[in-house]
Amino acid sequence: MSTPVIVADPNAAPKISKLIQLREFWYYFSVNRGAVIGLVVFILLVLTAIFAQWLAPHSPIQQYRDALLSPPSWLPGGRPEFLLGTDAVGRDILSRLIHGSQYSLLIGAVVVTISLTVGIIVGLIAGYAGGWVDTVLMRLMDLILAFPSLLLALVLVAILGPGLLNMMIAISLVLQPHFVRLTRSAVLGEIGKDYVTSARVAGASHLRLMFKTILPNCLAPLIVQATLSFSSAILDAAALGFLGLGAQPPTPEWGTMLAEARQFILRAWWVVTFPGLAILVTVLAINLVGDGLRDALDPKLKRS
Amino acid sequence: MIRFLLNRLFLIVPTFIGITILAFAFVRVLPGDPVLLIAGERGVSPERYQMLLEQFGYNRPIWEQYWSYLSGIFQGDFGTSVSTKRPVIRDFLTLFPATLELSFFAISFAILLGIPAGVVAAVKRGSWYDQTLMGTALVGYSMPIFWLGLLLIIFFSGMLGWTPVSGRIDMLYYFPATTGFMTIDALLSGQDGAFVSAMRHLILPTVTLGTIPLAVIARQTRSAMLEVLGDDYVRTARAKGLAPHQVIGVHALRNALIPVVTTIGLQVGVMMAGAILTETIFSWPGIGKWMIDAISRRDYPVVQAGLLLIALIVMAVNLIVDVLYGLINPRIRHT
Repeated sequence: MSTPVIVADPNAAPKISKLIQLREFWYYFSVNRGAVIGLVVFILLVLTAIFAQWLAPHSPIQQYRDALLSPPSWLPGGRPEFLLGTDAVGRDILSRLIHGSQYSLLIGAVVVTISLTVGIIVGLIAGYAGGWVDTVLMRLMDLILAFPSLLLALVLVAILGPGLLNMMIAISLVLQPHFVRLTRSAVLGEIGKDYVTSARVAGASHLRLMFKTILPNCLAPLIVQATLSFSSAILDAAALGFLGLGAQPPTPEWGTMLAEARQFILRAWWVVTFPGLAILVTVLAINLVGDGLRDALDPKLKRS
Repeated sequence: MIRFLLNRLFLIVPTFIGITILAFAFVRVLPGDPVLLIAGERGVSPERYQMLLEQFGYNRPIWEQYWSYLSGIFQGDFGTSVSTKRPVIRDFLTLFPATLELSFFAISFAILLGIPAGVVAAVKRGSWYDQTLMGTALVGYSMPIFWLGLLLIIFFSGMLGWTPVSGRIDMLYYFPATTGFMTIDALLSGQDGAFVSAMRHLILPTVTLGTIPLAVIARQTRSAMLEVLGDDYVRTARAKGLAPHQVIGVHALRNALIPVVTTIGLQVGVMMAGAILTETIFSWPGIGKWMIDAISRRDYPVVQAGLLLIALIVMAVNLIVDVLYGLINPRIRHT
């Protein structure tokens, strides 16, 4: 009789537990049917954006002068080569929508990256340093939150000048206080715990304590907030585009397309309907994923 | 209670100062010379330049400029519009009732539909009702409202011809703006059909502006109800043999409404931002459209004052909600 000898591999344990964690997460995430649908739609959107050049039947800025405001192809008067019709200067709406997905996803990604990075750093500093640093930083964040976010973004863009980049900076600035608050409160919750004290006693530096010890344990709420910010960034960017302060024509950004289409709404419903539908579907898909992530990552809800 | 009130008032002082500093800084961080911005694009002579510089005090130290800006605010001086040459506050007060009226209808629409929807969804948790209502709420929450407004115009004004496209009332009616609220003024004027016309103009903007608050309130009511329905006192009320509508309507709903009131208060900021989009779509002559027009005309004193006044309104409403919250929930008064 020989008993199997278990060799303790120091690397095996964390690897397995990560896998189990991931599987557990997926289990709770996939229970939520809406979240899975949202994820599928989002992946399709990313693929559309990546392969836009090959997917789009026409160039997004090519003007077909013989087909102005041509209705969708299934309607009388519609032409088969323009599936969703054309706009007032004869550009194919479907091609513009496909290329527009690149802008929306880019805006969401850039805004979330900026506001998440800045928010985490500021929040870590505020929570970790405490004292007057904390007070000053949090007052500043409260101040930004005192303004309606779209209004503040609007005024910032008015200062910086309209355009895609300035718009992304403005939206990042108004979204970032949420990340600061979340990080700070998570840090305050973790900082008194034994594992942080033991790391400190072991001689970990301030930076190591902030980023390697504390931060990984605050990630769950940040991930959820990042998802929700992704969708509000897209929505706010479209609103600014609609008001003429975001991406400038002829950029096929969805909000900008709506702004250009506004004067034709009673003559050609399709120029208004499809860009807005694209915004709605994108934002809805990301919000569905966000809801699913929250349910899967929030241990409080999990038990109920 | 008085201590609680004073405490809350004291807490908003730093926010107030911060808001004024930000609004003050706004004109100064604009690229270019502030005097040239005020003088317009045709340029000015050196003498006039010096005069303007002194008139607006740009040659004084920055803290002195801020101080005179702040004392101006307390005297109701929010600057002068570059394009209309009128005091900004006068334009604001003329236009604000239009925004207030629209917001009032929109938030009423959201509350009257959102709370019952949330209650029904919570009571019938997991049912077909719940799933449909919450699915619809998520769609509403994700809605680009500027697009929703355009769709409503296409359908109800364009295809069905039921509602007007823009404005607050038909051109045939004319009466003085006694209160500034079109519905009340229409009733006061006693003209036949004026009130109906004003109401018809309100329908689409109300739905457009109310959609996101409606979705948020419905979702919040549902989750607050779900929390309360599992509590002991609700079980006790059930065990006592109270009728279900009494358990839900009296015992559960009253407690569930506490967080909902906070949510409704938070919607005011959302509505101010939404008003900018809604008023632009429906040519509604309120402060949202006023701000957008000022931005496109580069009328910076108006943008500055608008930013300040809207932030102050949001701040005041949050204060009121805070106090109301203390009134309906004595537990937080003493913390």
